Amino acid sequence: MGGSLKYLLLIAPCLLAIAVPLFNSDAPELFGVPFFYWFQMLLVPASALCIYAADRIGKA
Amino acid sequence: MFDHLNVVATAVFVFFFALVTILGFVAARWKAADLDHIQEWGLGGRRFGPWVTWFLLGGDLYTAYTVIAVPAVVYSIGAYGFFAVPYTILIYPFLYLTMPRLWAVSHKHGYITSSDFVLGRYGNRWLELAVALTGILATMPYIALQLVGLEKVISALGFAGTGLFAHAPITIAFVILALYTYKSGLRAPAMIAFVKDAMIYIFIIAAIIVIPYELGGFGPIFAAASQTFAAKVAANPKLAAGLTLAPQQVGPYVTLAIGSAMALFMYPHATTGVLSASSSRAIRFNAISLPAYSLTLGLIALLGLMAIAAGVKVGSPQDAVPQLVLWAFPDWFAGFSFAAVALGALVPAAVMSIGAANTFTRNVWKPFIHPGMTGQEESVVAKIVSLVVKIGALVVIFVMPTQFALDLQLLGGVWMIQIFPAIVFGLFTRWFSGWALLIGWAAGMILGTALSWTGAGWAPVHALKWDVPFYGPFDPGLGFAAFNGLTAVLLNILVAIVLSLVLRPKGFDETSPADYLDAEAQ
Repeated sequence: MGGSLKYLLLIAPCLLAIAVPLFNSDAPELFGVPFFYWFQMLLVPASALCIYAADRIGKA
Repeated sequence: MFDHLNVVATAVFVFFFALVTILGFVAARWKAADLDHIQEWGLGGRRFGPWVTWFLLGGDLYTAYTVIAVPAVVYSIGAYGFFAVPYTILIYPFLYLTMPRLWAVSHKHGYITSSDFVLGRYGNRWLELAVALTGILATMPYIALQLVGLEKVISALGFAGTGLFAHAPITIAFVILALYTYKSGLRAPAMIAFVKDAMIYIFIIAAIIVIPYELGGFGPIFAAASQTFAAKVAANPKLAAGLTLAPQQVGPYVTLAIGSAMALFMYPHATTGVLSASSSRAIRFNAISLPAYSLTLGLIALLGLMAIAAGVKVGSPQDAVPQLVLWAFPDWFAGFSFAAVALGALVPAAVMSIGAANTFTRNVWKPFIHPGMTGQEESVVAKIVSLVVKIGALVVIFVMPTQFALDLQLLGGVWMIQIFPAIVFGLFTRWFSGWALLIGWAAGMILGTALSWTGAGWAPVHALKWDVPFYGPFDPGLGFAAFNGLTAVLLNILVAIVLSLVLRPKGFDETSPADYLDAEAQ
C-alpha cells in the first residue's frame, strides 16, 4: 500500500510535466504570466514536494 | 582590443575569477588525502556529503551553456525553449529511483565509472568499451560549448581581439582551470561550485526583481514578446514561434524533454557527481533539493522574453542575455553576473574533463593497453587525459566553426541515451544479455545518427515517418515529429529484448542483488 503510493508520488509530476495539451495556453494568466509558464514553473516545487513525500513514505 | 572595454565590469569579473583560482588550488588540501589515487583525484574519495553534492551536481548539471542557450531559444522562438523545465522535472524522480542503486553497487565494488559497473554486471568488455566511448564522444563537444558560453560573456565585457588575441581570454581561463583540475581533481570544482552557485542565485534573484520592475511588470513583458513573435511569423509563415507551442512543436517538446532526461545521468560528468557522494542518502536528499536549480533555470529562460521586451537586438540570439544584463544593471553588477556565468562554465568543464578522464583511464586504457595498472598509475593517466581533453576542446573552438561543436553536442544527446538500457535496466535486472545490449546500442547509434542527418545539416527531431532503405516510404500514421535519441533508443531496447531471448547463456556477473540495496531500500 505504502509502496504503490510512493511510486504514484514519483510518477504523477512526471506525467503532468509531459501532458503538454493540458497547459499549452495563455489563459488563465497569473500576474500577467501566461498559464504555460506559471504552470510549469509551479510544477517544479510541486514535484520536489512529491519526491519529499515519497521519501518519507519510504522511510516510514 | 581594449577600446570598448567596460573597465568596472571587467575589474569585478577578474576579481571573482582570481578568487576561484585560489580556491581551485587550495582545494587540494580539502578533506586531505593521497591525490595520487584515482578514487581520491577523480571521485573526491567518495566523501562529499549532501550539501557538497548539492552544490557540485547543481554546478555540474546547470552549465553556462544552458544559461546562455536556453534563453537564446526562448528569445528566438518563445515557448519551445521552455522544454528545459519539464526536462528538469523528469530527472529527479529518475535520480531518486535509480542512482542510489548505482551508488550502492559502485561503493561495494569500487566502481569509478558507469562503464566499470557495466563490466562488472555483464562481464562483457566490448559493452564496457562501447559505453565508455559513447560517454567520451558526447562529453568532448559539451566541454567545447562551455567555452562558447565563456566567450559570450567575455565579448560582452567589451573585449574585441583579432587573430590570436581573439581567443586569448578563454585560453588563459582554460589553462588556469586545467592546472588546478590537474592538481586538485574533483575537489576543485566542488569547492568552486559553492561560489558559482551562490553568485548565480544572487544574479537571478536580482534579475527577476529588477528587470520586470524596469519593464513595467510581467504583463508588458509577455505582451511585447507576443507581438514580436507574431511579427516574426507574419514575415515567415513557416516559422513556429510564439508564447505557446504551435501544434507541430508539441511532439518535439515532449520527446526532447523525455529523451534529454533519460540521457542526462548517462553522461560521465553526471555519474562522477553521483558517485562522489558519501552515501545514498546524500543522493536522495539531492533528488528532493536539486529542483531549486530547475526553478532558477525556468527564470533564466524567461530572461529571453525580457530581452525582447527590453528591445535588445543582437546578431546571435546567444548574445541576448549578456546584452540584457548590460542594459538592466550597473557595470559592477554586470561584471558580477558575467563572472557567475563564466564560473558556470568552469565547474562543469572541470567535472566533464574529470569524468571523461576517469572513463578513458579505467575503461579504455586499462583493459586494452595496460592491464594491471596500479591505482597510482591510473591517477597519472587520468590527470594527463584531463589536460588533453581540455586542450582538445580549445582546439575545436579555435579551428572549427562553432556550429561543429553545436552539431556534435546535439548528436551527443542522441548517442548518450543509447547506453540507457545497459545501465538503467542493468541496475534492476540481469535478464538482458551483454551482447544483445551491445548490438542494440549499435542499432540505436546508427539509427539516431541517420535520422539526425537532414541532407543539409543536423537536426535533433525527425517526423515519425521514414524512407526505409530497400523498402521505401513507411508512415505508421503517428503524425508528429520526435527527438531522434528517443526514437533510436526504442529500437535499441527492442533489439536488446529480442536478442536476449536468443543469446543465452550470458556472461559472468560479479554483483549480487543485495549489492544494489542500502540501509534505506527495502
